[in-house]
Amino acid sequence: MIRGAQSIAFECPAYLVSSASVAGTKEGEGPLGRMFDLVAKEDLFGENTWEEAESAMQKEACQLALRKAHLKPEEIRYLYGGDLLRQGVATSRGVEALKIPMFGLYGACSTSGEALALAGMSVAAGYGDYMLAVTSSHFASAEKEFRFPLGYASQRPLSAHWTVTGSGAFVVGKRKSPVWITGITIGKIVDYGLRDSQNMGACMAPAACDTILQNLKDFERTTEDYDRIITGDLGYVGQSILFDLMRGKGVDIKSRHMDCGMTIFDQNLQDTHAGGSGCGCAAVTLSSYILPKLANGEWKRVLFVPTGALMSTVSYNEGASVPGIAHGIVLEHCKGGLE
Amino acid sequence: MAYQNYVKKKTPVHNLPMNMAKAFVTGGLICVAGQGILNYCKSLGMDSDTSGSWTSLILVLVSVFLTGWGFYPVLAKWGGAGALVPITGFANSVAAPAIEYKKEGQVMGIGCKIFTIAGPVILYGVFTSWALGLGYWILREVGVIG
Repeated sequence: MIRGAQSIAFECPAYLVSSASVAGTKEGEGPLGRMFDLVAKEDLFGENTWEEAESAMQKEACQLALRKAHLKPEEIRYLYGGDLLRQGVATSRGVEALKIPMFGLYGACSTSGEALALAGMSVAAGYGDYMLAVTSSHFASAEKEFRFPLGYASQRPLSAHWTVTGSGAFVVGKRKSPVWITGITIGKIVDYGLRDSQNMGACMAPAACDTILQNLKDFERTTEDYDRIITGDLGYVGQSILFDLMRGKGVDIKSRHMDCGMTIFDQNLQDTHAGGSGCGCAAVTLSSYILPKLANGEWKRVLFVPTGALMSTVSYNEGASVPGIAHGIVLEHCKGGLE
Repeated sequence: MAYQNYVKKKTPVHNLPMNMAKAFVTGGLICVAGQGILNYCKSLGMDSDTSGSWTSLILVLVSVFLTGWGFYPVLAKWGGAGALVPITGFANSVAAPAIEYKKEGQVMGIGCKIFTIAGPVILYGVFTSWALGLGYWILREVGVIG
């Protein structure tokens, strides 16, 4: 059912049948380390290049999620996948062997939200029994793509993020499970004119604010209706800006806000400055940390809002601003879903 | 502009005096190492020019090794401009792309991308020397300087 200007409330349930998280070594040493399904022994994942390593992670995440759901690739109707690399090559190479009809997506670090929204819509609309949503990012391939070669000596600003090496895959389907997607709020591009690509939290916070407010309006809810409002990778700088922006609109989310980028690393011990980022950040945190809490009923309903900074190396060299986008996914505990 | 100014206030930055002190120590130590090599070369009986060339060569070589072993970025993270400005920083900026883009081939990878970071320094360095040389020549022609 269409809700408000940007949302849909699913009439037919779209369950999160299974999920899998594959993470890199640094993520494995972080606070969520033990919760990931698979932590790499080394960040090349036995491959020759960083790009191949990222594809290998995606493939592994997809296969793990399928195995957990006891499904074969041919039972998946469509795959929605994306990453940060040019032309989405990590996804193309990663899911190639699965031979699932696929849509390649790009929403920067918000891609996991985009993929889950589309997978949820497809299931709820009855276009298939099972969909697969997958995203990934790799620290080294992202540094190479957006910044400098790894060996280059430079001092990162304190507002800079650390791209998460990880991939999260989600089977969304009709089979009952303890967590379901009950609604979505698709975000607009929001641009406050910031040009600093090394301060992505500040670039994305306005988009997160816009989507969260729109979600509350469209579903006629207040923040109290959510146990947690979870942004993707605003980091420490973005979070404090989000609080200010929301407060400016008369909404206080401080007590129930969580940010995946701030959760996945230990800022003091791991030297990750503003926090984690990348398509993999929100995805692996959702799979390893958020979904188990929803499944066991500790949280009844959360708003998952992955955030993306929509820039390219060309656009910021040409002086363009860095617009943000955020998509809201309403995830709920489903009583009796374990049956 | 209001948002930019607000973000600027909200965003933490490195402590400038501390960064300058660390850069002074790091850059100073690299220069002391250079001076040590220079003095050693001279003690072997080399003239100033030859000793200077050997000093540069050795510093560049050491920096390339430290880049390959992943130590130079650690040094620069602490020492900032103190590690970037000396010749060792320049060597790092050439070695790092060479290592990273080797996978893309000898020509399209290393060949095309080795100077992606150092290229601007080389281009504008050469251009600035040319502009200064031209200025010097003009001033000499008109008799302002001898």
